[in-house]
Amino acid sequence: MASAASLIEQEDQTLARVFAGYTISATAWLIFATFVGILLAYKFGAPDFGPGAWLTFGRLRPIHTNDTFYGWASVALVGLAYYVAVRSCRTALYSTRLAWIGLWLFNLAAVAGTVALDLGYSAGDLEYREWPWPIRLIFLAALGVTAWNLLATVARRSTDDIYLSNWYTMGGVLWTCIIAVVAILPWYQYGLGQVSVSGFYMHNAVGMWFTPLALGIFYYALPKLLNRPIYSYALGVFAFWTNLVFYPIIGAHHFLFSPLPWWLQTTAIVFSVAMLVPVLGGSANFLLTMQGRYGEMRHSYPLAFIFIGVVGYLVGSTQGTVEAFRSLQAVWHMTNFTVGHSHLTMYGFVTFAIWGGVYALLPAATGKYPGQVGLALHFWMALVGSFIYVISLSIGGTIQGLDWVRESPFIQSVVDMQPFYVWRGVGGVLMFLSHFVFAWNVWRMTYGPSANPVSLVPALAGEQTV
Amino acid sequence: MNKLVLIAGGSTLVYAGLALLMGVLPGITLSQIPAGPGVKPLTPIEAEGREVYVANGCSYCHTQQVRPLSQDKVFGRPSAPGDFAYQTPELLGSERTGPDLTNVGVRQPSAVWQYIHLYNPRAVVPDSIMPSFAWMFDIVDKAPAGISPVPLPKAYAPTHGVVIPKREAQALLAYLLSLKQPPLPTSEPAAGLANRAGGATSAPAAQSAPAGASKTASAPVAAATPPAQGYDAAKGEQLFSANCSACHQANGEGVPGAFPPLKGNSVVNDANPSAHIHAVLFGLEGTTVDGVKYESAMPEFGTTLSDDDIAAIIDYERSSWGNHGKPVTAQDVATERAKGK
Repeated sequence: MASAASLIEQEDQTLARVFAGYTISATAWLIFATFVGILLAYKFGAPDFGPGAWLTFGRLRPIHTNDTFYGWASVALVGLAYYVAVRSCRTALYSTRLAWIGLWLFNLAAVAGTVALDLGYSAGDLEYREWPWPIRLIFLAALGVTAWNLLATVARRSTDDIYLSNWYTMGGVLWTCIIAVVAILPWYQYGLGQVSVSGFYMHNAVGMWFTPLALGIFYYALPKLLNRPIYSYALGVFAFWTNLVFYPIIGAHHFLFSPLPWWLQTTAIVFSVAMLVPVLGGSANFLLTMQGRYGEMRHSYPLAFIFIGVVGYLVGSTQGTVEAFRSLQAVWHMTNFTVGHSHLTMYGFVTFAIWGGVYALLPAATGKYPGQVGLALHFWMALVGSFIYVISLSIGGTIQGLDWVRESPFIQSVVDMQPFYVWRGVGGVLMFLSHFVFAWNVWRMTYGPSANPVSLVPALAGEQTV
Repeated sequence: MNKLVLIAGGSTLVYAGLALLMGVLPGITLSQIPAGPGVKPLTPIEAEGREVYVANGCSYCHTQQVRPLSQDKVFGRPSAPGDFAYQTPELLGSERTGPDLTNVGVRQPSAVWQYIHLYNPRAVVPDSIMPSFAWMFDIVDKAPAGISPVPLPKAYAPTHGVVIPKREAQALLAYLLSLKQPPLPTSEPAAGLANRAGGATSAPAAQSAPAGASKTASAPVAAATPPAQGYDAAKGEQLFSANCSACHQANGEGVPGAFPPLKGNSVVNDANPSAHIHAVLFGLEGTTVDGVKYESAMPEFGTTLSDDDIAAIIDYERSSWGNHGKPVTAQDVATERAKGK
């Protein structure tokens, strides 16, 4: 009896170490990648700052995007997915070894990719797949290891049902393996053919990877924090299948008015509208789960982070649908409005979802808590910073687009963007600083001194929801 | 176990099918589109320059796709599927922090301008926020035979020595100058027609407003009045800024040694506007202006701008920076155009 108890304790500790390891690694990448982001933002006002090939804008830009995608968000979400799988299946992790191998592979790919891009080895300015193909193979291997480990963990569950969160996380990892293969294989990617693959890839790499994993975190962390079940399980299942069927079809909306076949573009627009179904369904499900309990955000920052993540999902995705209309795309396409949109979704939705998940679940794994001041500082700086960021680029991008529609000399749009670039920098600095506070909080939840647990996540007291 | 197979396996199967349908199949089909008429593969040095373009992420700020939208007309004709036959990796891009480069070899054919601009964009475009690519150049005491030093304006030149392009810059230049849209069989007569319509009917065009007539005039009523003396100064300035100021500069002083000044220029102030109109319509190359020989080429604007627009530019040049040349009309431009090169 005593040995069984100690075995469980040992498994708990191992899981906590894996979860903490993934979170710490991801946090390091978040700080590095957003530091590069700050450098990039600064260059819009001081283009002669940081001359030389290694610090040129065009090399740093893909480093910023790839490292936020693959160093930060991917790694953090996989860590959360492991924890959610183990807890919701009431089992142990299938293989700790595989989890660590996966983490090393993710990091190897991100380091190699960063160095390659800075030395000028780019697969071709193809957004989010700029890493040379051998490095993308390493990333694919990391995904494969993760898929195997995650599925095997769910397979050995002690519950009868597979909780919805795992549908999203397993699906996300498996689908992304397919996306990675489609993107790497070279034989059907010449000229305009490659343009159509780029459209498919850049949207699916976001929407079939980060979106399902982040939603999986919502479906677990939200009921956990509130100690009540999700509003409608059936609605969650419905959103899962509709997201799966509609999302892969909308990629070509990145190339509206391009020489891609008109039918492909129109199909993409139609399904961009159809995406409202899973987006509204999913968001409503989360918000209705919170119904009547919004006041608890005053005491629970994890809940507040998740709430912002849900709002980011709702607003960002709806904005994506609206942007896909030809009439609006004619103004907004190729402007900074798009940059605002990508930050609203990758930051306001995905990154806030990760933070909410980490703050809600990592203390449960390690038994250590961040302080209220650290949580408050992180939350408000990140929220205000991203608000300034998105609003300034949305207004600036619209002005930029209207300058073009008015057929002003091109340089007018560059001059008109200047104040908005400054505001973007202000927002960016706030966001960047908040990441140090996050790192401090992660340290306290793992190896540093814990704060008083009573002050945080009161609902966690009753553990028996899911 | 069955549930796991159903959820994970089922959804993955559905996804694989959709990936095939929306990713792979369009990829296969569109990869086989043949090159359009006049679309040629790159020469080795141009291909090398394309690699420099990719390595330094030029396409994060410069698109290479002209949309069939009125605002994209300045960048060339709408891109056609056959334009991309030799373009792997594709460089269509998603942002226009800087202008589209699809047709930059036609829009800005001057090697001298391209070099100065790459070395430090602010030397020719003061408001530019493009990075400097000075590391693609060497500073040497004396340029070796066969390579001309880049004639940088004083403020941007090194204190001693001269600037010469490295291999990277030479290749990048070759690639940039290779970016020329071959005319579409159908688009040329249409453009010509629009030009002629804009020119020949300049004054009474207000009612019919042909597509080629510029939409930039802020007040249509003012545009409709005969341009004898009161030409549309705002329109002229705007067109000058969009098409001419990169070389001749907003103050009309040009870049010494690289691009001639228009301020005090004898051709611009000549009572006979014929040479002035001819230069704008058909371009110049290796010309001596007021005793100074300029190597760089000036593009021909007759193919992209209507007679109306060219008249507005010329009138702006003839009445700015202390110049006092006799104003011209769209009719004068049409006459000169009819004479041909």
